[in-house]
Amino acid sequence: MKFTFASWAEPLLSEIENDELFGFDNKMPSPEGYEPKGALERSTLSIPRISERYLMKHYVNLSQMSYSVDNGPHLLGSCTMKYNPKVSEALASSDGVARMHPLQPPSTMQGTLQILHELERWLAEISGMDAITLQPAGGAQGEFTGMLITKAYFEQKGEKRTRILIPDSAHGTNPASAAMAGYEVVELKSKDGTVDVDLLEKVVDDRVAALMLTNPNTLGLFEEQVGEIARIMHSSGSLLYYDGANMNAIIGKTNPGLMGFDIVHFNLHKTFATPHGGGGPGAGPVGVRSFLEKYLPVPRIRADGGVYTLDYSMTDSIGKVHSFMGNFAVLLRAYVYILMNGRDGLTRNSERAVLNSNYLMKRLSGLYDIPYKGLKKHEFVASASTLKEKSGITAMDIAKRLMDYGIHPPTIYFPLIVGEALMIEPTENLSKQTLDRLASIFNSAAGEDPSVLHSAPHSTAINRVNEVKAAREMVFRWQDMQATADAGAAAEGKN
Amino acid sequence: MGITDHAQSELTDVVFVEFEKVGKKVAKGDVVASVESVKTVSEVYSPAAGEIAAVNSSVTEKPESINQDPYGSGWFVVIKPEGENEELLDAAGYRKIIGEE
Repeated sequence: MKFTFASWAEPLLSEIENDELFGFDNKMPSPEGYEPKGALERSTLSIPRISERYLMKHYVNLSQMSYSVDNGPHLLGSCTMKYNPKVSEALASSDGVARMHPLQPPSTMQGTLQILHELERWLAEISGMDAITLQPAGGAQGEFTGMLITKAYFEQKGEKRTRILIPDSAHGTNPASAAMAGYEVVELKSKDGTVDVDLLEKVVDDRVAALMLTNPNTLGLFEEQVGEIARIMHSSGSLLYYDGANMNAIIGKTNPGLMGFDIVHFNLHKTFATPHGGGGPGAGPVGVRSFLEKYLPVPRIRADGGVYTLDYSMTDSIGKVHSFMGNFAVLLRAYVYILMNGRDGLTRNSERAVLNSNYLMKRLSGLYDIPYKGLKKHEFVASASTLKEKSGITAMDIAKRLMDYGIHPPTIYFPLIVGEALMIEPTENLSKQTLDRLASIFNSAAGEDPSVLHSAPHSTAINRVNEVKAAREMVFRWQDMQATADAGAAAEGKN
Repeated sequence: MGITDHAQSELTDVVFVEFEKVGKKVAKGDVVASVESVKTVSEVYSPAAGEIAAVNSSVTEKPESINQDPYGSGWFVVIKPEGENEELLDAAGYRKIIGEE
C-alpha cells in the first residue's frame, strides 16, 4: 500500500493577491484611515492582508502536504511521538481554562491551583521525589532549572564544583544546559552502551557537581548499575541528575527516587502525551529530594485545609524560570492523561511501549544490524552499516524511503556512538498489525534497487532535498519579503 | 593539522567550520575547531600543547575542501608546539600506519 501526499502550489501568505474581500470579511474593522502617531510610527511593514477564506485555504492545504502524529506511525526515537488524546485538547480549550487570566487573585482560581497541586503530588509519586516545580517550559529548560538548583546547593554549601559529567549516549541538550549554567562539561565514554562504572569511579572527585543520566538511555538500555553509580556520586558529595526523556519506559516498574537520583526532569509531551510544540509551548517539570526543595522556583503552591495559596517567601529559591505558573494548558493535558489512565493504565502503557519496541527490533534484526544485543526498553537503535557496506544504502536512504509509505522516519545518525543509526521508538500506540506492516516495509526497503532509495521520497509534496546546499547557501525568505516591501515603498514614493 | 580522510567521510558533507583565534595558547586535548556536517557537529582537539599560529580561513568560505582534500587544502590550523612532539603524525605517516601506502 502506497501513500501519496497532497501537492498544492501554495504560495507564501505575502504572495497571495487578495484585494477582494468575501462574505463577512468586508464588515471587519480595517486599519485604513488610521494615522499612526509618535512612537507608533513605523516604516512600511509587509504584513499580508488576506481574507479568512484564503487564510483557511492556505493552512488547510499546507497541512495536507505535511505529516502529523494523527496521520500514522511516527517513529522518531527518543522523541516519544505518542498520540495526543483529543479529550485533553477539548478540556484545555474549554471556557474555564481559555478565559482565565494569569493575574487573577488566587482566591478566584482555586480549581486551577488544585489541579496544579495534585499534578505536583502525582509527579512526585511517579518519580519518587519529594517536591515538584511545574514552571519550566520544556525538557531543556527543566534541565537548566536542575542545573541552577545544583549550583545554588553547592554555592550555599561553600563548595566550588565546576564540572558536570555526561555520558556520550546522552541527549545533546544535557551538555548545552550544563554549559549554560556555567559548568564545564566532561564527556563520559560508554562501555557496552552503558556507563563505565570503573571510569566513573576514576573521574569523580570534589570538582564534580553532578552526573546527568538518562535511564533507560538513548540506546534503549537500562543502566543496571545505577545503584552503584548513585553510591559513587554520593560518596564524593556529588548529585545525580535524572533526565526524564525516557521515563515512559519505566512508569510503575521503578522510579528515579528508588534508583538514587536527587533531581529529575519530566518531559510531559513525551511521557504524558501532551503536544510536541514546534518549539513550544511545552512543559518540563522538575522534581527534587527534600534537601533541595528550598531552591525550587517561586511561587510554591501551598494547600491548607482545602485552600490553595501562592508562597513567594522562599529566600533560597533560584527565582522564577517562567512567568506565572508555567504553561497551564499543557500541564492540564498531562493531568487529564494521568487521571484517565490511572496507576494501572500508566504501567500498562510502559509495558506496551517496551513490548512494541522489542517486537519491532526482533522483526528488523535479520536485515539490519542491532548493536548491543539483548532486550531493550521503549526504543532501540538499528544500524544500516552492513547495508551501506554491501549495497551503499544508508540510514538516510531508508528514512527517506519510509515517507513513500506514509511513515514518519525514525531519528537517524543519533546516538553518535552507533554508525548509520536508526533510532526507532514505536510507542504503545501501534497495534501488532501496524508493527508487522512497518517491519515488512523496513525489510523490503533494504532489498530495493539502491538508486530508488538514493532519490527517495518519490510520493511526497517535496522530494529529496539537497541538505548540503541548504546548509551551505542559506536563503532566508524574509529578506526577499523585506526587499519586496522596500521596492513597493520606493515605487509609491515615485508616484 | 586537520582531520583524516576517514573522519571527513564519517562526517559526510561539511557545511560549517569554526576555529579558535590565532595566538591562543592551547593545552593538549583542548578544542581548537568545531566542524559541522549535515549529520553532526564535532569538536577537533589539539594534539599538542602550544600556540595557534594560523587558521585556514579559506575553508571557512569553502568547507567542501575539507571533504575533497583533507590532507591538503582542507587543513585546519597551524599549532606552534611548545616542546618535542615525537608521537605526532603527518598525513603520510598516518596513512602508513593504517596500511594505505
